[in-house]
Amino acid sequence: MIKEIKLPEISENVESGSVVNVLVSQGQTIAQDDPIIELETDKAAVEVPASDGGKVTEILVSQGDEIKVGQTILKVETEQAADETASEKEEEAEETESVEEESAEKKTGTAEAKPAGGRTEQDAEQDTAGRTANAGKDTEEAERVPVPAAPSTRRLAREIGVAVEEVSGTGPGGRITTDDVKRHAKNVLGGGQAHGATEEKALPDFSVWGETYREPTSRVRQVTAENTRYSWQTIPHVTQLDEADVTDVEAFRKKHADAAEKAGGKLTVTAILLKIVATALRKFPRFNASLDMRNREIVYKKYVNVGIAVDTDRGLLVPVVRDADRKSIVELSAELSDLASRTRNKKIKPEEMDGGNFTISNLGGIGGTSFTPVVFSPQVAILGVARAETKPVYSDGEFTPRLILPLSLSYDHRVIDGADGARFLHWICTALSEPLYMDLEAKKDG
Amino acid sequence: MADRKTDTVVIGGGPGGYAAAFMAADLGQETVIVDPRKNPGGVCLYEGCIPSKMLLHLVKLKHEAESAESWGLSFGKAQVDLDKMRDAKDRVISQLTKGLGQLSKQRHVTHIRGTGKFKDANTLEIAAEGGKTESLTFSHAIVATGSRPVAPPGMKTESNLIMFAEDALSLPEIPNSLLVVGGGYIGLEMGTVYARLGAKVTIVEMTEGLIPGADRDLVKTYQKASRKTFDQIHTHTIVSDLEEKDGKVKVGLRSTEDDNESRERTFDRILLTTGRRPNSDSLGLEHAGITVDEKGFIPVNEKRQTETGHIYAIGDITGAPLLAHKASHEGRVAAEVIAGKKSAYEPATIPAVLYTDPEIAWCGLTEREAAAKGVNVTVTSFPWAASGRAVADNAADGKTKLVVDPESERILGVGIVGRGADSLIAEGALAVEMAALARDVSLTVHPHPTMSETIMEAAEVFHGMATHIYRPAKET
Repeated sequence: MIKEIKLPEISENVESGSVVNVLVSQGQTIAQDDPIIELETDKAAVEVPASDGGKVTEILVSQGDEIKVGQTILKVETEQAADETASEKEEEAEETESVEEESAEKKTGTAEAKPAGGRTEQDAEQDTAGRTANAGKDTEEAERVPVPAAPSTRRLAREIGVAVEEVSGTGPGGRITTDDVKRHAKNVLGGGQAHGATEEKALPDFSVWGETYREPTSRVRQVTAENTRYSWQTIPHVTQLDEADVTDVEAFRKKHADAAEKAGGKLTVTAILLKIVATALRKFPRFNASLDMRNREIVYKKYVNVGIAVDTDRGLLVPVVRDADRKSIVELSAELSDLASRTRNKKIKPEEMDGGNFTISNLGGIGGTSFTPVVFSPQVAILGVARAETKPVYSDGEFTPRLILPLSLSYDHRVIDGADGARFLHWICTALSEPLYMDLEAKKDG
Repeated sequence: MADRKTDTVVIGGGPGGYAAAFMAADLGQETVIVDPRKNPGGVCLYEGCIPSKMLLHLVKLKHEAESAESWGLSFGKAQVDLDKMRDAKDRVISQLTKGLGQLSKQRHVTHIRGTGKFKDANTLEIAAEGGKTESLTFSHAIVATGSRPVAPPGMKTESNLIMFAEDALSLPEIPNSLLVVGGGYIGLEMGTVYARLGAKVTIVEMTEGLIPGADRDLVKTYQKASRKTFDQIHTHTIVSDLEEKDGKVKVGLRSTEDDNESRERTFDRILLTTGRRPNSDSLGLEHAGITVDEKGFIPVNEKRQTETGHIYAIGDITGAPLLAHKASHEGRVAAEVIAGKKSAYEPATIPAVLYTDPEIAWCGLTEREAAAKGVNVTVTSFPWAASGRAVADNAADGKTKLVVDPESERILGVGIVGRGADSLIAEGALAVEMAALARDVSLTVHPHPTMSETIMEAAEVFHGMATHIYRPAKET
């Protein structure tokens, strides 16, 4: 029988993406879970696996198409005998009422519907939903006065992924209509024009001065543009600079490179910094927090997830190392190598880029004496790492050559004051110059 | 027996469980329902909502016939035949539950008679009828095992003279005197049945008044309307020192107010309606990675998923309100989520109804809740004495009230006490769900003469004028 393969729910809040590549061709026989298209979403590029195997009879999308969750990508002829179902018919089946026998008791009053046999393709989607279950969360919701929207309107909002509480109603008494929900979806989810309300200024005609050419921006570029603009507009940035003497750390790194290599990673400055930063985040919880402006609260996180900026040919992506404070340097090295290579090879899952509390951006491999990184909202701080250089350092009456690493810390002044920033960065620098310092401090904190 | 497999298993065949199973089957899931009884129905159909409604219907008929005497219609003294009544009640139950069995078959829902226990997060061990044990592997499970009555802590309940709702519904006899412990839904409904069949009924309630949760003005109107029903009502009172003696039960009724003053009383029977406990203790939930809260309820999210995402829980076992219509709605939501639909449990209101005489019903925000939460509201009400139909029907003891947001004029809550309030409240629920304004209701033409006009007129009162009430216009 012919089965349709649809775009599954890739990750929470991702409703659509653009097709970067079609990986199969008509007539080709594919197996279940074979990659069929490469899709670029707001969060990442992913390979979409086939939900069913079989011979490809029709391909309904092509490169550059913008496709939505649930949209049919291609059709396959499956080998198994036709079983009488089509999940997309279920809506109709539900509405097919047949007159009930007298025995159909009055209490339930449920109309009998034709059973639609077989499992639905949406099972896959269901499993995703299951993983993100957050039990017991709805109790506080029930406390409020209900949103002024009819049940049918609320259902529509849920189906198209709109949080109905955020929609402003235009109906009598502020009632939210289906049109309000659709307009909200278009504004907020679609173009992103809703917030800011800064109208884009028209560009001058560059051709007056010479030849130009145009390229569409990639999704990664668009998302970076939107995120950095949002951060820049909402976060009052302060950037603080400091230098760390990493001579001994460098010696340590070279000495233990083998151990990390055996564990499948590379002992890099970033890995060591990651360990130190994770420890610092535990010591300075304000840097491991987010600001909730709506409720005038600071959200402190009891976990330490650190994002690492990775330069890819698609642009800047930030995979997240979870619970970095609970992992050894060797473990972190291995995880970093794996994350970085999967990020570059487009194998990274969107959810692996979610949930970071702090970011490290290391441009030292490329060069530069220092830079001012942009905080990745809703995080409150980011550490920039530039290139280490051997410099003469005056101590004990003479100049000695020492390896000096320039660091820059940008932070959100709404949450963190200058003195806090200086203390945090100084702690990191001290921990880098005197590796035992961190241990000393960490134990003291228990 | 060989091990079985299914897409979705529903544990428990009450109004939540069968609604979930039917919806799951309708959405294409291979569905199994595990329940020890012959047909689905649960407590609601076998020993709850339905049989109690049947008995309440009979006693209402009796009471109305008796009341008609002063209006010139008499039938003579009513003859009560308990055996026949029991048979009729059993016929009603049988007809309805057989109907559900039939609907299960038509939908190809497999019913395994037995009780289920989780072995792990994907296997249910079923102690089936006749001592067999079988194991069922599932992709999704919906836990709908409901609740059971619970006695006040420390109370001995072995005596045959001490009844729970189920025992009371089996009509063992009409005692001369009956003590009902608990002034909530079940206590007042069963108390009404026994009182109208001739027992002298005393109600004791631990809190400050009957029906905790309802607005006091509704309860007051009810108590006035039903003042001849019960012999005595004691609030702020608890029962202690229960003792069976010479075929009667001796109890101490202790006031929680006046220095714990205790009076000794003797009753022929006692009915305990002091609360219910979730049936979550013997399900092996710990094997499926599910932890219950301190009261034994299973925490769920808005999709009714437990902490083990492919296992859902619905109905009484997820907590208040312990009502069949809440369970059915949750069941349909869970089944839709399993079938991949973006569904969620998010009703604005679960209407509450007491099928007393007269009935009491409310939905949405109560005046009490508004005060507790600090929500600014305007309350308007319409007394049934001003309703032509209520007076004509000898049902003038009633009241309809609206809880309205003064700014948006949106109807946030509706409360009704009076004959037929159980059905009338549906309009209120619709108004609350649709976020209707008082003006929407007052401009909707309601049929005359009906009790439903009281809702329309209460909405008119909000704007200062109602046809059948005179009140000087608001000064603004």
